[in-house]
Amino acid sequence: MIRTTGLTKDYGSRRAIENLTFEANQGEVVGFLGPNGAGKTTTMRILAGYMPPTLGTAQIAGFDVVEESIEVRRRVGYLPETVPLYSDMTVFDYLKFMADLRHLPNAEEMVDNALELVQMEQRADGYIGNLSKGMRQRIGLAQALLHKPEVLILDEPTIGLDPAQVVEVRNIIRDIGKERTVLLSTHILSEAQQLCDRVLIINKGRIVAEDTPENLQARLVGADRSILRIKGDAEELVPQIAKINGVQDIKIRPDGAIEFQFAPGMDIRPEVAKTVVQSGYDLLELSPVGLSLEEIFLELTRDGASTK
Amino acid sequence: MRNVWTIARREIRLYFASPIAYIVGLLIFLITGIYFVLTIYLAGQAAYTTGSTTAPGPDLVIGLMVFLFLFAVPALSMRLMADEHRNGTLELLLTAPIHEWELVIGKWLGSFLFVFLIIIVAFIYPIVLNSLVTPGIDQGLMMANYLAITLVAAAFLAIGTAISAFFNNQFAAFFATLAVLFFLWVVIGWPAVVMQGSGGIFNYLSMSTHFSSMQSGTVALSDLVYYLSLTALGLFLGTVAVEVRRWK
Repeated sequence: MIRTTGLTKDYGSRRAIENLTFEANQGEVVGFLGPNGAGKTTTMRILAGYMPPTLGTAQIAGFDVVEESIEVRRRVGYLPETVPLYSDMTVFDYLKFMADLRHLPNAEEMVDNALELVQMEQRADGYIGNLSKGMRQRIGLAQALLHKPEVLILDEPTIGLDPAQVVEVRNIIRDIGKERTVLLSTHILSEAQQLCDRVLIINKGRIVAEDTPENLQARLVGADRSILRIKGDAEELVPQIAKINGVQDIKIRPDGAIEFQFAPGMDIRPEVAKTVVQSGYDLLELSPVGLSLEEIFLELTRDGASTK
Repeated sequence: MRNVWTIARREIRLYFASPIAYIVGLLIFLITGIYFVLTIYLAGQAAYTTGSTTAPGPDLVIGLMVFLFLFAVPALSMRLMADEHRNGTLELLLTAPIHEWELVIGKWLGSFLFVFLIIIVAFIYPIVLNSLVTPGIDQGLMMANYLAITLVAAAFLAIGTAISAFFNNQFAAFFATLAVLFFLWVVIGWPAVVMQGSGGIFNYLSMSTHFSSMQSGTVALSDLVYYLSLTALGLFLGTVAVEVRRWK
């Protein structure tokens, strides 16, 4: 659905994005994760047909974003980061205007549907200028969903929403993502974790990591690091655990849990469990520790850091 | 064409919702109205006291109205594109499936229809005049005058739309448009005055020369071509300005 090859964009002498190559398929929610100024908005603007790349190509549903821009724009629903709206129009008139520009056959019905989807039906006759930030955000989303696009590009879709609205908007996105392609940018990591099938971490215009949220977590530290919680004095148990073949780097965490690593490919958790029980302790928890996506993110976007 | 009309319709609605359009309309009719009444009154006085038989012609307010358009058009066209830049709504329009030229022509058309409405309302003057003079007014001359002012308005607005597309700030667009219109209306004809015989090209380029010749009742093909090409040039430059911004 979305395919980019070597996408590069310069603003004057400043390179905003460099050599971005990625794909997003139908029925997939792909998250663009990166700090401010990483090039997320630039990439999305190129994909939405707003501006051409300096180098490289991008295709949406098989159409080139530069050569067949109009065809691309027909198939894309786009929510810009700034959520531009005409504050002098009513909600309904605004959406009707956008629907007319898209030549939707039953425009008024489509507008009503979109408003219902974002739960703004009761504000249809209100002026956009009088709406709160969260409501404006939802109207922007309604505009992007209006024509039931094949590809949805959402730049920071939940920014400025209250927690209840965030949940609603995420549900909408998740529903749409089942059948269509969604590319969303966010710097909220838990959002990427909850919503996305795949995450692209972008920093300084380059993709520094690309994987499912789970794999990203596993990849950096992986399941070979575990945490053990017991009832009783952990310090007394540590020497016995350390004796097990394959256990390395054992330590007690500030919260009283024991954390240890084992050699790659050797899953020694059963032995650990046996040792705990045989030593007369009650086992409360034995689980792998992954870095949280937050930690991975900081790790990857640190100056000079790169994985892959 | 459908997109052009969608854009134009929004613009017209916006004019009717904005105070600036009402202020512009009011000022135009206030000034031309006073001028009209005074001229008729003075002509009546002259006929009474000196027995003069020359009545005002149907071109009565058109010259003044065009002069007022020099100021009114920049006020009406300044926000057309500049506001879309400033509000970021241009991003919305340019990611909708419409061409840049459709956007620019739609914007121009919306403003043109508003000004055209003012011109139509101004038909009230020749109608009133027609009932005051015998044997009535020269209708051919009247049509030439109204055609001339319509063409001038179209060209003015196309220039205003193009300039608006180059600016983020509507007041910058206002002054730039005012300057360009003033240049094309007045300044560009000056060399012709100095150079006398050999200054024909400057006369041809001057908007006011073409207007004067149409106002006197002769509608030459060259006048039509001049105004229509100026309008087309303005719309073309406006489209280029939008495209340039997209590539930047």
